[in-house]
Amino acid sequence: MNRAIPSVTDKSQQRRSFLKTLALSFAALIIPGIVVARDKLDNIKDWVVGDGYRPADHRWGMGLDISKCIGCGRCVDACKKENNVPLEPFFFRTWVERYRILSKGETLIDSPGGAIDSFRADAPEDTVLRSFFVPKLCNQCEHAPCVQVCPVGATFSTPDGVVLVDAEHCVGCRYCIQACPYGARFLHPETRTAEKCTFCYHRVTKGLAPACVEACPTQARVFGEVEKKASPLVRFLRMNKIAVLKPFLNTKPQVYYTGFDMEVR
Amino acid sequence: MEELIQHLAPLLKEVVGYIYPNEIELHWGLLVVVYPYVTGLVAGAFILASLVKVFNVTELQPTYRMSLLTALAFLLVAPLPLLAHLGHPEKSFEIFFTPNTRSAMAMFGFVYAWYLMAVLLLEIWFCYRKDLIQWAKQETGLRKFIHRTMSLFSSDVSERALRFDRKAVKAVTLIGIPSAFLLHGYVGFIFGSIKANPWWSSVLMPIVFLFSAIVSGIALVLLIYMIATPLRGKEMDMACLNKLASYLFYVMIIDFSLEILDFVHRVYESEESIEILAALVTGKLFISLIVVQLLLGMLVPLGAIAMAKLLQMPNDLKKMIYFVAALLVQVGIFSTRWNVVVGGQLFSKSFSGLTVYKTTFLGLEGLLVSMGLLVMPFLILYVLFALLPPWEESKASLEGS
Repeated sequence: MNRAIPSVTDKSQQRRSFLKTLALSFAALIIPGIVVARDKLDNIKDWVVGDGYRPADHRWGMGLDISKCIGCGRCVDACKKENNVPLEPFFFRTWVERYRILSKGETLIDSPGGAIDSFRADAPEDTVLRSFFVPKLCNQCEHAPCVQVCPVGATFSTPDGVVLVDAEHCVGCRYCIQACPYGARFLHPETRTAEKCTFCYHRVTKGLAPACVEACPTQARVFGEVEKKASPLVRFLRMNKIAVLKPFLNTKPQVYYTGFDMEVR
Repeated sequence: MEELIQHLAPLLKEVVGYIYPNEIELHWGLLVVVYPYVTGLVAGAFILASLVKVFNVTELQPTYRMSLLTALAFLLVAPLPLLAHLGHPEKSFEIFFTPNTRSAMAMFGFVYAWYLMAVLLLEIWFCYRKDLIQWAKQETGLRKFIHRTMSLFSSDVSERALRFDRKAVKAVTLIGIPSAFLLHGYVGFIFGSIKANPWWSSVLMPIVFLFSAIVSGIALVLLIYMIATPLRGKEMDMACLNKLASYLFYVMIIDFSLEILDFVHRVYESEESIEILAALVTGKLFISLIVVQLLLGMLVPLGAIAMAKLLQMPNDLKKMIYFVAALLVQVGIFSTRWNVVVGGQLFSKSFSGLTVYKTTFLGLEGLLVSMGLLVMPFLILYVLFALLPPWEESKASLEGS
């Protein structure tokens, strides 16, 4: 008799065990989710940047082969278009210099309009002994003086070795421009914040090469990983005699040159 | 933007040799010249005031309070040229709230705040507290209210309280001297630590800045004293003037020696940059460096003060010499700041060429704004003198009452 009618305690016990099972089942569903999310949150910087792009897995650099550069200025043009750099000849993320060493020892250096329209073939009076072109850009220094001096930390080094400017925080004090030994920075006349080459970070994080590298007709610019063996840059660094600009300043540039003369600074 | 382009375009033709294309825009102009000049005056005036308290130079007593107020007036103006020069002044608070601790410039906010709050205002308050209370007692209306507020409504003029005031002034001065050194030495460090620029990068830079600051501060207080005293219809204290001139002379000798040391060191080491720097000094900076800074701003005043000290001459002639010398020193020190700040940007970091700097009259970076910023401290000083008379007699008459 008694069995036929389930008691109140039985019912509540049943409900309790039901709820317990239910909670456990849900936990089994949710907990892995939380764990994964936490894991993702730790690397939030990495996966916000691009689709699966993890800055810490890379280290970018550029090699410049002086003997290959023909001074056409396509890189300068491509850079200005890609990055909305003002067209006026006072603002450059990259430019090309022409060096002409004359027989009397004098060196003529020029870069009219950053060489965006290449160079004019004006012959100097004296005989030219040697002549070559040097593309210049931000050296993406490992010990970047600009990063050191920025009072608000708007200029920073990314884990993949690129120096960037956060325009939202840049106050426009221009200390970084003073601190850069390579003249690679300028103040954007419209945003009034500091600007410089980013290695086309928006392209690189999508697996593309910087615009100047794409545009170069002679492959004078080699872009790639500094450390990974399969990288074209590593090959460039292995196969050539390498120099950097102003090594005595200990800025540790990640832009490497091969084949320039001592006149280049 | 159009304005900037129009300003830059003609400059291209005046470039000598090769400069990096981004270097045609000179980034730190007149406003950044005014900034170290003004902070230098602050540090200098304060150090002069400290001489009275720490080293008991009684002859300088008439200039003690005057120096403190001068330092305050100039300190209040000091951040303005920096603020006006920023691309985004509305974000300047980030320097306080999210500073990059590795940046020399980021320390500015803290050094400045420390110097204003912990040193100058404290010393002035303790120094004037008794007078503020006494003045408020005799006054009515707005002045009474202002003085009461300035004394922070304190009213204790017992011997014990006054003794504490005196002790506090001394303590603050003792902290103040290294702080003043810090204030201006650090401005020198901002320039001296830029390894990319051989004209700036020198370990001597903070020290040269400091001593030139003391020179300019003493000369300024001398000028203010010599102008304010006759304007009030009083007689100048000759002993005080002589002492000021002596200190000015000694500090100038140190400053001069440091500059010569810097020069000799550069020439002797003769590094990579020496050729372009030589071209700079003998060319674009010849007038402002050799003629104005060195000859008119240093050697002539040194010679003049030495003559006034060595030769027998009437006091009026001496006063005139001191006055002209102090005036020349001001021009010279301003020129020094110009030569450091602007001079350091006139040569390319490629060491292959020289560029030009042209000031405009109007505009934020123009002459007018800078002149306004240099006049402003004197207006503030006028108000401070009216509210907190630094004269001996306004103090003495109270003690009698």
